[in-house]
Amino acid sequence: MIRNIFTTLQALVIPLIGMIVFIMLWSMAASNINTSLGKFPGPQAVLTQFSALYTEHKAERVKEKAFIQRQVERNAKRVAADPDYVPKMRAYTGKETFLDQIITSLVTVSCGFLLAALIAVPLGISIGLSKTLNTAFNPIIQIFKPVSPLAWLPLVTMVVSALYATPDPVVPKSFLNSMITVTLCCLWPMVINTSVGVASINIDLVNVSRVLRLPALKHVQKIVLPASIPMIFTGMRLSLGIAWMVLIAAEMLAQNPGLGKFVWDEFQNGSSDSLSRILAAVFVIGFIGFLLDQGMRQIQRLLSWDKSTASR
Amino acid sequence: MNEILNISGVVMDFPTPKGPFTALNNINLKIAEGEFVSLIGHSGCGKSTVLNIVAGLHQATNGGVILNGKEVSEPGPERAVVFQNHSLLPWLTAYQNVELAVKQVFKNTKSKVEMQAWIKHNLNLVHMDHAMHKKPDELSGGMKQRVGIARALAMQPEILLMDEPFGALDALTRAHMQDTLMEIQNELRNTVIMITHDVDEAVLLSDRIVMMTNGPAATIGEILEINLARPRDRIALAEDTTYTKLRAAVLSFLYEKQRKIEPIAEHAKKKSEMKASNSAAA
Repeated sequence: MIRNIFTTLQALVIPLIGMIVFIMLWSMAASNINTSLGKFPGPQAVLTQFSALYTEHKAERVKEKAFIQRQVERNAKRVAADPDYVPKMRAYTGKETFLDQIITSLVTVSCGFLLAALIAVPLGISIGLSKTLNTAFNPIIQIFKPVSPLAWLPLVTMVVSALYATPDPVVPKSFLNSMITVTLCCLWPMVINTSVGVASINIDLVNVSRVLRLPALKHVQKIVLPASIPMIFTGMRLSLGIAWMVLIAAEMLAQNPGLGKFVWDEFQNGSSDSLSRILAAVFVIGFIGFLLDQGMRQIQRLLSWDKSTASR
Repeated sequence: MNEILNISGVVMDFPTPKGPFTALNNINLKIAEGEFVSLIGHSGCGKSTVLNIVAGLHQATNGGVILNGKEVSEPGPERAVVFQNHSLLPWLTAYQNVELAVKQVFKNTKSKVEMQAWIKHNLNLVHMDHAMHKKPDELSGGMKQRVGIARALAMQPEILLMDEPFGALDALTRAHMQDTLMEIQNELRNTVIMITHDVDEAVLLSDRIVMMTNGPAATIGEILEINLARPRDRIALAEDTTYTKLRAAVLSFLYEKQRKIEPIAEHAKKKSEMKASNSAAA
């Protein structure tokens, strides 16, 4: 009992000490770095910016409400004056707040990741099952795997512009650009891990399937897929981490909405608050990345029979 | 006696970088319906290869296997296999593991209710009804192998192939499993081929013991009829002279005629002789 309390205390106190030491070192170092935008922000400045960013978000929402309200009133007046008039509603055109950018980034990364998973898992399974396919695809995968998102981005932008030229787009082009770039970069770890998982299935389990004469589709569904679930999830967790990193870079470079754009805008803005706002964004980016991984781990725990790989 | 299985002229070559390696040479064996046959031999002699050829998991280079008048060309549930390390699907419970087999084999012949009853009946046979909703991770080695046997029996095979089914178990569990297997055999009279390393196990369970010579190019050395009355009791047999003689015959085949390891005394003598000649040369 006492031992138990001691270990819980240890688990709580040691990270806390680490955190305090980090904050002390940070504020000490920060006060000694002078940039052209003023002193490097310390913990206090970042904390202030967090609340400032939230206040701005709320203020922007109030403005939006007022904007909509004005439109509704104006439309009502025009309809009263001229019954044939069909009222139009325009979306609020004010700037996106920090919170909006977070949500945009999360939506983009989820869509990009899901699209990649939809391609990667079936592809990985087919590659894992067939030696011929493996030999055919392996060089391509090996070459595309290390490509930086920044190299893909111009290509993706041009291709999207060329192919997605509708006057009334369902989703903005910038969203497609970031999403496809994310997909292209996080595809490969999933393909590789899935195919390795499938190729390394215990031969006895394959023999069970052969003795039962399971048809090909049932073999994949009943034996191959469950057996390689742990490896598929390992690939997915790697991919999601890459997806999040790639997304921030892509948004920054392409000026697509999202957290990356927020960082870039603040950098260009160059006010005395900019560095602390960027640092606040850095913490948020890191924290969301951590939450994404934890979320994936929870899904893995729920779905995978192999609890030992899920706890890692 | 009704012949059910005929292995004739089976040769097995494995390709290696240095040319084909002949693992098995001219294996001929006929097995009657309801017969329990053990394959015994030193490790590496190709016992498992014989079983895999009968199962259809391997294709013989020459010769072939005929089961009930049909040539074996691919694996199938009429030749159910009990694998050495149980090979249960770890993400399914014991019940679901058997269910996978039953659903596949009886999908057109049994109704849902009949299937459920059949799965439970087979788990009952191996005394696993109390833990049928547990996953393999939660079962002991012996229990996993029981489920493996239940899965094979549930396929209602024409012949049951067992590849060292109790090899990974401790001695007490193994004895217990052997008793269960004899009990099931008393009831079902399946045709069985079992691979084993264990002389006692072979004599206790079999109607015939097929002893294989050492590889490469292993073949059948001797076949021993075990004409002990059934049901057999391991304690009574321990004092039985026929049992002791049969056991001695297998031992003599394995350790005198097909000796693989030279006795320690001889080995030591050779070594000292070599030392002596070496020092003399120096």
